Amino acid sequence: MSTSKEIRSKSYLNPYLGGVLLGLVLLSANFIAGRGLGASGAVKSVVATSIKAVDKNAVNTMPFMAEYAESHGGNPMKSWLVFEMLGVLVGGFISGALAGRLKLKVEHSPKISSRRRLIFALAGGILFGFGSQLGRGCTSGAALSGMAVLSLGGFITMMAIFGTAYALAFFFRKNWI
Amino acid sequence: MGPLAPNELISENTNFLLAFFIGIAFGFVLESSGFSSSRKLAGIFYGYDTVVLKVFFTGAITCMLGLLFMGLFGWIDLDLIYVNPTYLTSAIVGGIVMGAGFIMGGFCPGTSFCGAAIGKIDAMVFIGGLFLGIYGFAFTYGWWEKLYMAHYLGEPKVSTILGLSDGLFGLLLILAALAMFVVAEWAEKKFPREAY
Repeated sequence: MSTSKEIRSKSYLNPYLGGVLLGLVLLSANFIAGRGLGASGAVKSVVATSIKAVDKNAVNTMPFMAEYAESHGGNPMKSWLVFEMLGVLVGGFISGALAGRLKLKVEHSPKISSRRRLIFALAGGILFGFGSQLGRGCTSGAALSGMAVLSLGGFITMMAIFGTAYALAFFFRKNWI
Repeated sequence: MGPLAPNELISENTNFLLAFFIGIAFGFVLESSGFSSSRKLAGIFYGYDTVVLKVFFTGAITCMLGLLFMGLFGWIDLDLIYVNPTYLTSAIVGGIVMGAGFIMGGFCPGTSFCGAAIGKIDAMVFIGGLFLGIYGFAFTYGWWEKLYMAHYLGEPKVSTILGLSDGLFGLLLILAALAMFVVAEWAEKKFPREAY
């Protein structure tokens, strides 16, 4: 019940400072690798690897795998984003450990049940995964990294993501407020 | 000089190792900013917590300015930097589907990995959903291929489309972000913010 711990576990970085640091990380990615950050691409690599493992011929029979092979040569797991996302897990864990935020739990508004939260998390994940394929990247790869290099597609995807979420916010308000 | 990997100043394996370290920094910054909490992330859509807007736009602007200046100083060859291609239809439709996923799930892919890293079960379930969604896309790709490839515009910069120099567009973007930050600070005061 120590209040100092309560306060400590809730203290986050100043958002503008966090933003500048995020920008510097993104800048280093561009300076080193010539590309921005990403997240969904790493999941895509795992998906492509697993399909390849089950069906060696998939690259000839599945248009998705053919398209993937064309744009990503070699072993899909040997990809920049896979290594980067492994780092994200480590970095997130270190930050959470230092701030006293490591805890196995379902986070949800007190007005809804854990079960409801998990159902919506699953549905949201499915939609986000699917949408990130159409959009050629998610909030990290398409919107954030795309905006930083002034990509038209990046700006459009960013506006579509946030615009839709705002438009639908009213219907899902019970989950959050 | 930069970018290092495309200029072959570092090997492929070094680039992968650095990707891991960049990822650690990325995850650390996201988690310390509160992006491991879906309730904090969703706050932007109801006004009670606008951390997403502040971090996201400050990040994009910082990197954009860094790239513009480094290009100006000749430290980096901007022609070698990957600019996301624009497929107009899929950029919009994909964004709409992702937006629906965002308001329902409360995470995006990068933030869900941060949440999972500190033990959020809802984030782990969201990641499970990501896999299902991408498998779903993979197995039904034939249905969407036309939409996926429609209205390809190359790799245009938004500044070019508007007929502005990158620098002037950058300045306007910064002013727009500052205006949004003012609104965000106002919203956080206006809408109640419960402890979570």
